[in-house]
Amino acid sequence: MTRSPTFHRLAGWRAIAAATLLCLTAQLSCAADAVDPDRFHALTQELRCVVCQNESLADSNAAIALDLKREIREQMAAGKSDADIRQFLIARYGNFITYRPPADASTLLLWAGPALLAMLAGLLLWRLHRSSQPSQPLVPIDAAPREDTHAQHDT
Amino acid sequence: MTMLPPHPSSPRTRWRNPLLWLAAALVAGLLWLLASGMGRDPRELPSMLVGKPFPAFDLPGMKPPAVRRTEQTLRGAPHLVNVWASWCVACKAEHPLLMALSAELAARGLNERLWGVNYKDTPGAAATWLQRGGDPYVDSVVDAQGRLGIELGIYGVPETFVTDASGTVLFRHAGPLTTDIIRDRILPLLVGTP
Repeated sequence: MTRSPTFHRLAGWRAIAAATLLCLTAQLSCAADAVDPDRFHALTQELRCVVCQNESLADSNAAIALDLKREIREQMAAGKSDADIRQFLIARYGNFITYRPPADASTLLLWAGPALLAMLAGLLLWRLHRSSQPSQPLVPIDAAPREDTHAQHDT
Repeated sequence: MTMLPPHPSSPRTRWRNPLLWLAAALVAGLLWLLASGMGRDPRELPSMLVGKPFPAFDLPGMKPPAVRRTEQTLRGAPHLVNVWASWCVACKAEHPLLMALSAELAARGLNERLWGVNYKDTPGAAATWLQRGGDPYVDSVVDAQGRLGIELGIYGVPETFVTDASGTVLFRHAGPLTTDIIRDRILPLLVGTP
């Protein structure tokens, strides 16, 4: 079939368009390949959305959340570890961004507090229970006077 | 045969137990801790940047000829950095205060202290916004993708930072500025009176 001169003239543009499209799709699929979706999901589930604070980063569609997820994806693709990424975010947003704050001096009360309180409560309850019990075994009060009378009677 | 009743634990004897005192003190302490948090807004996050250097950046300014600006710009004197956007409603509320602050500083001979970060905005809308409300800034750097925002740990717009002459962040306020905050917290830092 004969093509019009215009068709041939635009061949160059068609080639550029095709090449661009190919490059874009190739890059997109490359980026997706570089990031393990399970790992990404696991990490973002553990992080809090700093704006919608009842949502995890994984679930949130807030602008900041989307930006942070993009940042995390790029860092993962660049080979950063989960610990590196968590540290990056904590350095900028504080411990609040992770659902699992690190166990260090500043979070000691947070982690140890409930257990300590429970132990103290248990100890207290035990001591109170002990102190409410009689310290000697129960003695029937009738037995003692009856023995005395018996002894007196014998002499 | 009658049995002795068990040794009664009266309140008087119970309170002789030091453990009970300890427990009571702990409960009181816990209640105080919880009550002291009642006045605070749970959505507010403390800034991690206070005491740290302003993060490095290399971004174009808005004003022609769109010079590349870096964090070095902030050295040599105290500065205010205000993160804003034309789509941000709360920014409109604080804008007149920034204009007034700029005038106040100029009256004291302190120029070039206010910088803007135009956050995730479009050039046309941002320029129009400044034309309409006035431009209190020396210049605004264009953070089109929000990466400087992430470095700053911002979680909304507007946010305002104050740095000292060494480029260290002294103060951060999230949300629109108020006259009180400018008068009591920001102006003293910018003017240099501790």
